[in-house]
Amino acid sequence: MLNEVVPSAFDFGSLALALFAGAIRIGTPFLFVSLGECLTEKAGRVNLGLEGILVCGAMTGYAVSLQTGSPWIGVLGAGISGLVLGAFHGLVCSLRGVNDIAFGIALMVFGTGLAFYLGTPYIQPQAPTLPAFALGDWSTNSQLRNALEINVLFLVGVVLAGLLHWGMASTRWGLVLRLVGDHAETARALGYRLIPVRVTATAAGGFLAAVGGAYLSLYYPGSWNEGLSSGQGLMAVALVIFARWRPWRCLFAALLFGAAGALGPALQSLGITSGYYLFNAAPYVLTLVIMVITCRPDRTISGAPGELSLTR
Amino acid sequence: MSNFNRRKFLITTGAIALTSTLSFELAHAAGKKLIVGFLYVGPRDDFGYNQAHAHAASIIKKMPGIKMFDEEKVPETVAVQKSMEAMIRQDGASLIFPTSFGYFSPHVIKVAKKYPKVRFAHCGGLWTKGKHPMNVGSFFGYIEECQYLNGVVAGYMSKSKKLGFVAAKAIPQVLLNINAFTLGAQSVDPSITTRLIFTGDWSMPVKEAEAANSLIDQGVDVLTCHVDGPKVVVETAEKRGVMTCGYHVSQAKLAPKGYLTGAEWNWVTPYTTIVKAAQEGKPMINFLRGGLKDGFVKMSPYGASVSANAKAKADEIKNKMLAGKYPIFKGPLKDNKGKVIIPAGVIQEQTDIKLESMNYLVAGVMGQV
Repeated sequence: MLNEVVPSAFDFGSLALALFAGAIRIGTPFLFVSLGECLTEKAGRVNLGLEGILVCGAMTGYAVSLQTGSPWIGVLGAGISGLVLGAFHGLVCSLRGVNDIAFGIALMVFGTGLAFYLGTPYIQPQAPTLPAFALGDWSTNSQLRNALEINVLFLVGVVLAGLLHWGMASTRWGLVLRLVGDHAETARALGYRLIPVRVTATAAGGFLAAVGGAYLSLYYPGSWNEGLSSGQGLMAVALVIFARWRPWRCLFAALLFGAAGALGPALQSLGITSGYYLFNAAPYVLTLVIMVITCRPDRTISGAPGELSLTR
Repeated sequence: MSNFNRRKFLITTGAIALTSTLSFELAHAAGKKLIVGFLYVGPRDDFGYNQAHAHAASIIKKMPGIKMFDEEKVPETVAVQKSMEAMIRQDGASLIFPTSFGYFSPHVIKVAKKYPKVRFAHCGGLWTKGKHPMNVGSFFGYIEECQYLNGVVAGYMSKSKKLGFVAAKAIPQVLLNINAFTLGAQSVDPSITTRLIFTGDWSMPVKEAEAANSLIDQGVDVLTCHVDGPKVVVETAEKRGVMTCGYHVSQAKLAPKGYLTGAEWNWVTPYTTIVKAAQEGKPMINFLRGGLKDGFVKMSPYGASVSANAKAKADEIKNKMLAGKYPIFKGPLKDNKGKVIIPAGVIQEQTDIKLESMNYLVAGVMGQV
């Protein structure tokens, strides 16, 4: 028969390009959330609520962009919503006897619920979305052109990762942050106040996570609906462990997770159709593998902040 | 102190007894009105499956003698049982429309056995005599007719002869749509192939966008989908300058350049039939199906870019379907592994119930169940 499909020789170049494009497209929200979580954890707190903050940021960003007509004001609005929720986490966890992980879970449910409740009127309309740099205009290959359409937020994220890396290693506030997260007693003895540092770090972390959410609703896939997050906020926590609390490594970890997310669709479009369940689950499998390899009860993870409730 | 407690107890029980009789009387007073409840799995305005239902429900609401309640975002878990029971006990609903596929078994069946006087009209399930209670019914539309017409238009408009299909899960209704779409396109040009990507769930926006992009990267120039909300797929295709066929409701607004046509539900027709049967006290309609000619499904108006001969051919086939003379699945038909599904000369009628347990992909689909 004419229409019998014969799979041609496997196109590795196409797969590599799809994974490259996916790494950046899908990886950008991972980058922002993991940088935010990295900042928070460096100060000695874990914020599992970033998942809720991400969803809330996605909704706020879309709504603000729709109302004002400017996607950048949308990103800012999302960031502020994340800042508020992050500060909320930071303040509540500063109360005596509040467990940061338990409150993080509560915040995750709260943020998601709030976004769903307030976001209903924004499912249908189309908001202005963020621009991208078309770096591939020289090419005639449409796949390459599309893969090289790099969004502005990704570039901001790369610069931010570098800045945070440098800031944590070589500046005074970086030293204070690490000291508070690593050894609270010493920080206190040196006269630093723990709570303001931790609240600031958590609030800033919330800001970044919400910007990651705004990327989802304002660039890729570029619309607000309730299934938008598929656990990016939670996976970012595993990602930070994988990156050993180094911002620069967060970038590579985010790209790896992005590529894993692109694997399922890319393979299917190239004709590898068996086992798509497994390939579609690649990011989650990756999370599990990382947790199994890095989190053993018999040893502490190198690079982990000493005050973290995960390691204490 | 114990005296006080006893008095309090009496007051409370008295109040409960009073309210229960009152609500009973209220329900009685509203007896002339039929109270109907609708449940959707997602938000009412998702540009997709739930919007199609909610839109039809809003028309039912305006019918005389009807009081309508609806609830959105009810997950396919025990939550739907609670929502249905609340509609029955608090709102006094006597006809319930649980509209999502996954509600049917075990949730609807379980609640229906508990409330034998309430009617349950489920969308998409396969009601079987003897196996399921008599107060339950299922209705569905032969939307594959519209998908076939989508395919015909796509077949005319595609230059690369590669079509793309983003699907959620490999269930019979989805496979029916993929196959009908492909067969429609192949009726125009037998060399046309459909590339298929399963995302794994009904609403996975990031995966849907990634799937659409990968398909376009592989040279696909007409995309369609079977997910709850086609918004992401249609928007991604429009952004990248390829054409789309819609699903569930019209997405023409989202893609003014690339929207060709679309397969839409027209749930008002089955809803009205079932509501009228309940109002007139006729027995529950247990099994209700219909296609284009019954007004259960309809096509979106053609987009501006659709060529005249594509329109002419699609309209010609549509007229045959309206006359009930165009079965889609007929021999010779092979699946994409080369196995003969329908031998030459055999016709599988639209109403054949076996079509609702489809488990193969026709030749020309690049994908696997």
